[in-house]
Amino acid sequence: MDLSTFNWLPLLAALMVASTPILLAGIGELVVEKAGVLNLGVEGMMITGAVCGFAMAIATESAVIGFVSAAVGGAVLSLLFGVLTQVLLSNQVATGLALTLFGLGLSAVLGQNYIGVKGIEISAVNLGPLADIPFLGPVLFQHDGMVYVSLLMVVAVWYFLNRTRAGLVLRAVGESHDAAHALGYKVVRIRLAAIAFGGACAGLGGAYLSLIRVPQWTEGMTAGAGWLALALVVFASWKPGRVLIGAYLFGGLTVLQLNLQAAGVKVPVELLSMSPYVITILVLVLISSGRRGRQTAAPASLGRAFHATT
Amino acid sequence: MTQPNSQEAPLLRINALTKAYPGVIANEDVSFDIGTAEIHALLGENGAGKSTLVKMIYGLVKPDSGQMVFAGAPFAPPAPAAARQTGVAMVFQHFSLFEALNVAENVALGMENPPAMGQLAERITSVSRAYGLPLDPARRVGDLSAGERQRVEIVRCLLQDPKLLIMDEPTSVLTPQEVEILFETLRKLRAEGTSILYISHKLEEIRTLCDRATILRRGKVVAKTDPQQASASELAEMMVGTALKPAARVTGMKGAVMLEVRGLSMAAPSDFGTALKDLSFQVNAGEILGIGGVAGNGQDELLLALSGEITTAAGTVRMQDDDLSQQGPLERRRAGLLCAPEERLGHAAVPDMSLTENAMLTARVRENMDKAGMLDWGAARSFAQDVIKAFDVRTPGPATAAQALSGGNLQKFVVGREILQQPSVLVVNQPTWGVDAAAAAAIRQALLDLAAQGAAVVMISQDLDEILEIADRFVALNGGQLSASEPVEGLTLERIGLMLGGAHGMEVAQGAPAHATAPQGGPS
Amino acid sequence: MIRLERRPQPSRLWVWCTPLLAVALTMLAGGLMFAALGKDPIEAIRTIFFDPLFNPQFASYSRPQLLVKAGPLILIAIGLALGFRAGVWNIGAEGQYIMGAICGAAVALALYPLDSPIVFPAMVLAGLLGGFAWAMIPGVLRTAFNTNEILVSLLLVYVAEQILAAMALGLLRNPDGGGFPGSRNLQQYPSAANLELIAGTGMHWGVVTAFITVILAYIVLTRHVLGFHIRVTGSSPRAARFAGVVPARLILICLGVSGALAGMAGLYEVAGPAGQITIDFNSGYGFTAIIVAFLGRLHPVGILLAGLLMALTYIGGELAQFMLGLPAAAIQLFQGMLLFFLLGVDVLSNYRIRIGRPGVA
Repeated sequence: MDLSTFNWLPLLAALMVASTPILLAGIGELVVEKAGVLNLGVEGMMITGAVCGFAMAIATESAVIGFVSAAVGGAVLSLLFGVLTQVLLSNQVATGLALTLFGLGLSAVLGQNYIGVKGIEISAVNLGPLADIPFLGPVLFQHDGMVYVSLLMVVAVWYFLNRTRAGLVLRAVGESHDAAHALGYKVVRIRLAAIAFGGACAGLGGAYLSLIRVPQWTEGMTAGAGWLALALVVFASWKPGRVLIGAYLFGGLTVLQLNLQAAGVKVPVELLSMSPYVITILVLVLISSGRRGRQTAAPASLGRAFHATT
Repeated sequence: MTQPNSQEAPLLRINALTKAYPGVIANEDVSFDIGTAEIHALLGENGAGKSTLVKMIYGLVKPDSGQMVFAGAPFAPPAPAAARQTGVAMVFQHFSLFEALNVAENVALGMENPPAMGQLAERITSVSRAYGLPLDPARRVGDLSAGERQRVEIVRCLLQDPKLLIMDEPTSVLTPQEVEILFETLRKLRAEGTSILYISHKLEEIRTLCDRATILRRGKVVAKTDPQQASASELAEMMVGTALKPAARVTGMKGAVMLEVRGLSMAAPSDFGTALKDLSFQVNAGEILGIGGVAGNGQDELLLALSGEITTAAGTVRMQDDDLSQQGPLERRRAGLLCAPEERLGHAAVPDMSLTENAMLTARVRENMDKAGMLDWGAARSFAQDVIKAFDVRTPGPATAAQALSGGNLQKFVVGREILQQPSVLVVNQPTWGVDAAAAAAIRQALLDLAAQGAAVVMISQDLDEILEIADRFVALNGGQLSASEPVEGLTLERIGLMLGGAHGMEVAQGAPAHATAPQGGPS
Repeated sequence: MIRLERRPQPSRLWVWCTPLLAVALTMLAGGLMFAALGKDPIEAIRTIFFDPLFNPQFASYSRPQLLVKAGPLILIAIGLALGFRAGVWNIGAEGQYIMGAICGAAVALALYPLDSPIVFPAMVLAGLLGGFAWAMIPGVLRTAFNTNEILVSLLLVYVAEQILAAMALGLLRNPDGGGFPGSRNLQQYPSAANLELIAGTGMHWGVVTAFITVILAYIVLTRHVLGFHIRVTGSSPRAARFAGVVPARLILICLGVSGALAGMAGLYEVAGPAGQITIDFNSGYGFTAIIVAFLGRLHPVGILLAGLLMALTYIGGELAQFMLGLPAAAIQLFQGMLLFFLLGVDVLSNYRIRIGRPGVA
């Protein structure tokens, strides 16, 4: 293929849109994991958010209500996980998997009447003259509001974790729940709040798929995006800024792959379709081999159950 | 020295506190007073109910009945935050610190209304200097030694100007020199009007430091005494209930070298672990080598290197003619090198498995409990039964889960399990840590007996008294390095302290009390 | 106030009662869900759980289906359970199942139309190796680079699905199929077909393998040192290392065995009930097997029963779809609910529930 004739502008313009779902889900999961909880149910919460958001947006013709409903839906579902793991002390890995399986089923049931339904129109935010800048305008400044919300979210999470006392407490709970408990912090409550936040973010990410990126409802439409979001957190070494970089890298890959398919490159379609997953695996290997045997970046209590003995 | 004002209204009056857990009454009708500017000892052996009592004072546990009065007002803290606001601060035995966070963040987490981070760092530096507890606020706690971590806890408390400071077994992580300096700091605090509730089972410390002592046994107050007037053996008898006879030592013939470690080096196996640097020592048949040192100086790592869980360069671990350095735990067991790690639940034993299964865990190869991989559970059960019988392990039977046993009984099982396999070399790490006095005495006696039968014993321990009691030779492990060995006979605590690295940069608290909260200049 | 109090050891009674309780609670909640979907809950539950076995009209068709569906579920779940017990989380059995099917079918299609008794064993071996090799990817990455096996095994499912599509449309496409996607139908190739062994039972080689695997797994877990090491590793990894377990080797064994079993399940399916490689050949057995493994308490006998129960919900679900117009997804939701309830009530086996003031003995 002749790359000089390849049109890069639509590719770059689509990059931010393609990255936003996993960015939202990833930044939410980062907060959850920082609190010491491993929620493998991101995929299930995303797809539930996707169907809740889509259904409510159609019903109310309001994108805002759609997104809010998606966040609520994701959060409610995540609290199921929260109650099971934090109150009933079930295994986090197993419960996260259950959440994914449950979410996939739930969304399919809820969404059966929405298959093939056309989504609502959502226009770009008017950023005035910024949007008219040649090249940069279409790439950066002609997107819908959620793209910018997701960026704000990254900044907010960074600020919360590193500059506020509540963020410090949350990190402390993730490092050692026993020590945090001994100092009188409410480990279970803090973790439940983090889980709910993660669920809401995953829900938003899912709704972004069904309302803007695709935009329609199909069963299983997240197609592993939730798992990519989980991989993203590992890739980012639990740092919000790197979640942003990682999300845009993954997003860029997806867009590139789709564009190459559309451009009719002489590479099997299946090979292109599997490339985001393969590259994610390679990146995970690279990241983990960089610190062999050592999990410096991961919160020390990640995935461990907490039961106060006193 | 300021005398305690025990005649005045007490700072904290504890009145008939009772707290029961399922199957055990942790505190029963406990009453005593802590005076203003008094160092009050709470003495009792493991499991006597000291921890539960302080948790009630700190608001972590609510009493079932009874009241407390703090400075004249009813005191029933619903949470640690309330206790801290009233003026109670606590230095925990198992540190309440976060390894991945830095010193300042750790301090902030233990305060009610911490100032901004920059300001806090300044205050940490100044207070830590004033009290001879040097600390760098920006360092990650995971990189600090056990002694330094304790300083973080103490500074965290001091920044809140506590009226009552609770210290739970503070000296277990300190060298004798560091202990002296800590005591100076505590006396200085007392002079400033702070009361201290000092929890320990070390009698000599209490005799030198404390004004009054309350002694707990099985959850009840059994005596209140002036520790400076009582002898150590009187205190011990009050604490344990009976007079324990010291371990009977039979000095047998020292035999050939059984275990030789030469130039053993090992990278730290985990982020916050200690690297071992060029360790060399040997142990003879019939001998107990005591390896002393403050926790976190490479004890766990040394055990891993000896048990074979981590292998090291060829030629570093040898038993007679066998080079075991590259062999795993199974081969080392076959060769007669057995180990009992410190952590009972989760390392030496599987918590939710039965004693039979835990017997299978380490005794399989030496006691022929399998044929071609097929396990003989009958053999494991009878071996577990033998251990239970020989070491007086109090349990309903071998089908009981390891986690259902008390610390002392499980430790007897763990050590007994290895001893009954007739090791040529036995390595134990903290054999009596967190164990009641009777069980500790039984374990020490068993180690002596094993050595008398001709085995070589390596005992890694933080408890220097224990080493002095039963070891023949002593080496100090400090920062992953080993000192030269010295015979225990004639060894003084002071000499041991120097071998352990002395005061590690701690300084005697300086200045007059009035300047304590507004220190000027650096340490003299 | 309700509190949890850790039992000194897990209650044997509750360990076996919780799955039954979970099933009962799922029926209750499922009934509510069916009612919300506008179906008669009692009729729906009856259609799912009883009609496939006892309805004179359908039972003759659906009874054999029970073993057909349970076979692969049990086979996969046994492998997964070995890993789960050791704390090795292979959640990509679906991918290993696909790769086993592709490899097994490829051998058959390469040998076609050879008529020989070695064809079928060769296929089984290829299927086993295909699943094994696919599971070795997360295994090797985990042991060599410490890469999270959960994410890798799962992501490989999506890769396997693309390979399946490529195979169905390309390499393995039936040359006599008039350009339609999908391979030759192996059921029409006698040497390769995995046919019903006893007519009317649904028993095929895969089911036989599953039963043998249950017995072997039981022996390994209770009597063999490997099973003991698996249990110790899952319970406390440090104690396992102390006992002489080499963690890397155990991880590879667990992933390898579960991959091989999933691969065989795929092969038996493609050579039997499915018949051919198609784009949508995989039907989620690899994921449902996770539920089966947990529902069966990661115990071989439990998995046998759980596999049969889960197969029943599949068949009953299809029946309910056909009879009552229940959406296909509802049954997936129903299965997810079952796992949720199971994990929730599990607390009863490890903790006592205390009601009343804390601390009063």
